[in-house]
Amino acid sequence: MTTAAAPSPAGDTPAGTAHPLMRVRGLEKRFGDHAVLRGIELDVMPGDRIAILGASGSGKSTLLRCLNFMERPSAGVVALAGQAVGRAAPGRAGAGRRSYDEAELTRVRQRVGMVFQQFNLFPHMTALGNVMEGLRTVRGQREAEARTRAGAELARVGLADKAEAYPARLSGGQKQRVAIARALAMDPEVLLFDEPTSALDPELVGEVLRVIRSLAEEGRTMLLVTHEIGFAYHFANRVLFLHDGVIHEQGTPDQVLKHPTEPRTRAFIERHREFDF
Amino acid sequence: MSAAYRWNFGPVLENLDVLWAGALGTLRLFVICVVLGFGFGLVVGLGRHARSRGVHLPATAFVEFFRNTPVLVQILWFYYALPILLPFQISPLTAAALGISLNSAAFSAEIYRGGIESIDRGQAEAARALGMTAAQTMRRIVLPQALRRMLPALTNRGIEIFKMTTLASAVAYVELLQQGKLLASLNFNPIETYTVIAVVFFLCLFPLVQATYALERRLGRSDA
Repeated sequence: MTTAAAPSPAGDTPAGTAHPLMRVRGLEKRFGDHAVLRGIELDVMPGDRIAILGASGSGKSTLLRCLNFMERPSAGVVALAGQAVGRAAPGRAGAGRRSYDEAELTRVRQRVGMVFQQFNLFPHMTALGNVMEGLRTVRGQREAEARTRAGAELARVGLADKAEAYPARLSGGQKQRVAIARALAMDPEVLLFDEPTSALDPELVGEVLRVIRSLAEEGRTMLLVTHEIGFAYHFANRVLFLHDGVIHEQGTPDQVLKHPTEPRTRAFIERHREFDF
Repeated sequence: MSAAYRWNFGPVLENLDVLWAGALGTLRLFVICVVLGFGFGLVVGLGRHARSRGVHLPATAFVEFFRNTPVLVQILWFYYALPILLPFQISPLTAAALGISLNSAAFSAEIYRGGIESIDRGQAEAARALGMTAAQTMRRIVLPQALRRMLPALTNRGIEIFKMTTLASAVAYVELLQQGKLLASLNFNPIETYTVIAVVFFLCLFPLVQATYALERRLGRSDA
């Protein structure tokens, strides 16, 4: 196991010259007695495109969900742009546990976008309405301003002509592209993708991956949980392989995906490339 | 005896103004109870859904208490018992409105809770991930979808409320049944009077029920 010696506590120590956009230290997540994450250490630099791989149950989705606090960490620190989220809860029995203020978490989520496996579009709103919703309700933008911005985001994902369509009338690939536009409209500093193509028919995967790749070319900071190893290879500048709640192996796509050193990583990649030719 | 009975609606129809006053009273009580019952029911339903025990437990206790006591008993209690405990008089309208509204709040709270919990968790997650507060998520995303699903059940509840207004006659509130009792005792014609009362209720409610069925069919279609 490569749970490296824990670096200094988050938030106050600059790492080298560039500052990490996101810094994760000692992140743990337990559901009852079951430990899903057991000490994650991670620095996300601006412009990083990080692919997170691992078998189901390895904790990759939970890790992503802890980064925008859809799940509250059981222990450890997540810092966004140098600011540690939450406060240390002193005197509590569980060491490293922090207390979180819901209003602060809401502000964090406004800066960290998320795209879900099941799209989770709002079915009672049109595609345009879905993209406008955050701008109107969260940003408090006026109707006209939000409409312009939302239209531009839909155009960016190639769905300008579907603005007035309700989600029920869209294909899975179109739904996921609307969901990406919805997240983009909020100008997130980090974008999290939780298996964005796993719920799609194979012929619809490509259109979604092309949109994600175009975002990579813009230099956006993104984390992507995926089973698409081939895409991860081309998309990412860093690959993490999770096993049993820790980062088991990490490095460049070339290192991790082509020349993995850990036997588990190798076995995982071989399983997923079994039918490649 | 029954075969020999000669129906005579004359005395009832001569007193339509009395029934009209009753119909207005019924309508007034109905509107008050729908607004208060459904409004307070939403508050209680959200309370039932809340995670905090300090909110959840009182809401649950409220629902269980008012679901498990007869409305008629509550109306009589508010009318006869409450003024003894409190230093003010309570009108028949207030007593009836309290009893029916609180009961309706308890039942509609369960409808709201069921409706809210039937909405996929991913909806609230997507809203929270955009940075919405819990209140914004409920108002903009969850409730609009839940209300659509709850509409048939709430309409049914509304029909129940309409029928429950007759219980107000127990404290002599002027509504349809109360006026019917008055006419029946003045003219000694309970058969005709109560027949007319029943027909009036049927004529009010039957179209409403039909509309509910149509609504259910329409909502069922758009869900698919």
